[in-house]
Amino acid sequence: MNMIAGEKPALIWALRLSVVLLVGLWLFPTLGLLVSSFRTSDQIATSGWWRAMFPSEQNLTLRTDPPSTQMQEGDLYVIEGRLFAEGTSSEISAWGTSAREPAAYEPGTSAELRRGGTLTVAADGTYRLESAEEISGKRGPRVFVTATVPPEFTLENYETVLISGNSTDNMAKAFFNTLTVTIPATIIPILVAAFAAYALAWMEFPGRALLVAAIVGLLVVPLQLALIPLLKFHNEIGIGKGYIGVWMAHTGFGLPLAIYLLRNYMVGIPRDIIENARVDGATDFMIFVRIILPLSFPALASFAIFQFLWTWNDLLVAMVFLIDATGETTVMTKQIVELLGTRGGNWEILATSAFVSIAVPLAVFFAMQKYLVRGLLAGSVK
Amino acid sequence: MHPAIQGLLTIAFGVGGCVGYFYFSNLVLDRVIFPARGAHIARNIRRANMIRPWLFLLPALLALGLYLAYPVVETLRLSVTERVPGGGSEFVGLANYQQMLAEAKFWEALQNNFLWLLVVPAASTAFGLLAAQLTDRLVWGNIAKSLIFMPMAISFVGAAVIWKLVYDARPEGTDQIGVLNALYIYFGGDGPMRWLTIPFWNSFFLMMVLIWIQTGFAMVILSAALRGIPEETVEAAIVDGAGPFQIFFKIKVPQIMDTIVVVWTTITIVVLKVFDIVFAMTNGQWETQVLANYMYDKLFRANDWGVGSASAMVIMLLVLPILVWNVYNARREMR
Repeated sequence: MNMIAGEKPALIWALRLSVVLLVGLWLFPTLGLLVSSFRTSDQIATSGWWRAMFPSEQNLTLRTDPPSTQMQEGDLYVIEGRLFAEGTSSEISAWGTSAREPAAYEPGTSAELRRGGTLTVAADGTYRLESAEEISGKRGPRVFVTATVPPEFTLENYETVLISGNSTDNMAKAFFNTLTVTIPATIIPILVAAFAAYALAWMEFPGRALLVAAIVGLLVVPLQLALIPLLKFHNEIGIGKGYIGVWMAHTGFGLPLAIYLLRNYMVGIPRDIIENARVDGATDFMIFVRIILPLSFPALASFAIFQFLWTWNDLLVAMVFLIDATGETTVMTKQIVELLGTRGGNWEILATSAFVSIAVPLAVFFAMQKYLVRGLLAGSVK
Repeated sequence: MHPAIQGLLTIAFGVGGCVGYFYFSNLVLDRVIFPARGAHIARNIRRANMIRPWLFLLPALLALGLYLAYPVVETLRLSVTERVPGGGSEFVGLANYQQMLAEAKFWEALQNNFLWLLVVPAASTAFGLLAAQLTDRLVWGNIAKSLIFMPMAISFVGAAVIWKLVYDARPEGTDQIGVLNALYIYFGGDGPMRWLTIPFWNSFFLMMVLIWIQTGFAMVILSAALRGIPEETVEAAIVDGAGPFQIFFKIKVPQIMDTIVVVWTTITIVVLKVFDIVFAMTNGQWETQVLANYMYDKLFRANDWGVGSASAMVIMLLVLPILVWNVYNARREMR
């Protein structure tokens, strides 16, 4: 490919361009979620996230300061101020005083208010409301503006989702629940599988080939089959729905892949090392702990990542074996599904929650990609 | 007790218990049951070595048996029984299967599952192959690869949220915040479409999510396979005047055919179990039902264990050929 492409610059460029296009296509949806999580609900609802980087023209409904701030200038009552918050640089292109004609006036002109008084709005949002009589009411009159608003990002959503939100919005508890599910469910199967893999790789006993074949078979058994029998079993032995059950379930479901990966890796360890140790009088237990485990680190790491990603991202096992009617033990995936159902329109909460839940796996993914790829190759190219 | 402390205790207990079990069971075997001393030293060592593998295997075999093998048998049993009020169950033969086959929702799920099986493995493998070939030998190819691979780390639920934003529809006349509708209107569409509610085609919008996730997996494995192709075969083809497309389709693809099949079957298994995406995005409404979600509905909403187990057996039946093929290959390799 190199040589052929080297002769045709056009082809190289077509190649590069298509890679850029493909990567862009794959990245675009996730980027949308990330950008949306930093926008306010108004911004998300009024313009596409891809416009978030640029100043956008928006139709806003604002209010002047309340009548309680009015001052008397001669025989006029006056309210003065700015429609936008301090430090922002929005620019008004048209404004109006009623919802039916939101763009009736140019900036800089004055308009009569229906309830009396004259309002003048400048392009930068400063206004002056004059009235011959005292202005009454609790709130200032509404002003409809068409304004070009500079890009603006906020951390407010993250604050809501992580700290201040109410029970449906707040992910902090679900975050820790997810962590509580994940860590034991990752560590325990590794240990159980490592011993079994060593026996299958380096010990001679009748039925070994049959066991390996059985494990290859169990690799593809759909876990859907296990739901009801195991739920029944958990109820019978009295652990019901809870952490113990979900840890045990994840251990069971993760074992075939763990044993398969580790056995394939351990078979590749040079026979000499193990036989020398045997000659020196090491027992199988010592060989396993001192030699096999340290040498198998890459395979252990690959499986650990798989199992971590799978348990962190899992929805079905948690719904069946963990989350009871009280919802105290809910995990993030379940909470997001609920948000999708009840608050499908609240994109700022939804996007932020989703991003909080995918941030940890993404960090693990980018930090340990090497081991993940190695595990994938060992697991399926054999 | 706080769950986090309970978790730490479980780790300590689980890890300690495992290590303790392995250590002490070996110790007991070597010192007490078959001590390597006395009159029968040779016989004792031989016997200890016959038992030891099973000590190493015991916890794993227990867990595998209880959590994977037993449920297959138990589900089969449940699928031919019906719970009776007041506890217990009675044998009903194939009545659950008959009831299931009479439901339109089941046929819809089966039909959709076949559609998924047809489209998703093929599309993921094709995109994966394309990405692997395009990024091969590109200086920044690894960065490109890791970005295409990234969705693998995202949960199906997270992906569902991401793609719901892509498919979002706003009322006509307002700015569209979903990319698909924005593009559709930009290129002259009449009005915003509610993509996930259009029967038949909505299944494809759901499949897109899984394709997006699985392409990276296919790409990583196929890319390793492409690297493994002997350089000489490609060079010989160039000398013979083959164009880039001929090299790709006639030299490279045939050589990695085995890997393509492996990738294809692996994704097929994922597709058969697909649940989260449909559950989170449409929950089987608007004719998007699939088997795994149908089963969940039966088990936990309708509380009908019989029909639920029957539909689980259908999934098992569809996986069975792949299972047999995998076992056959593994046995051939062991020899």
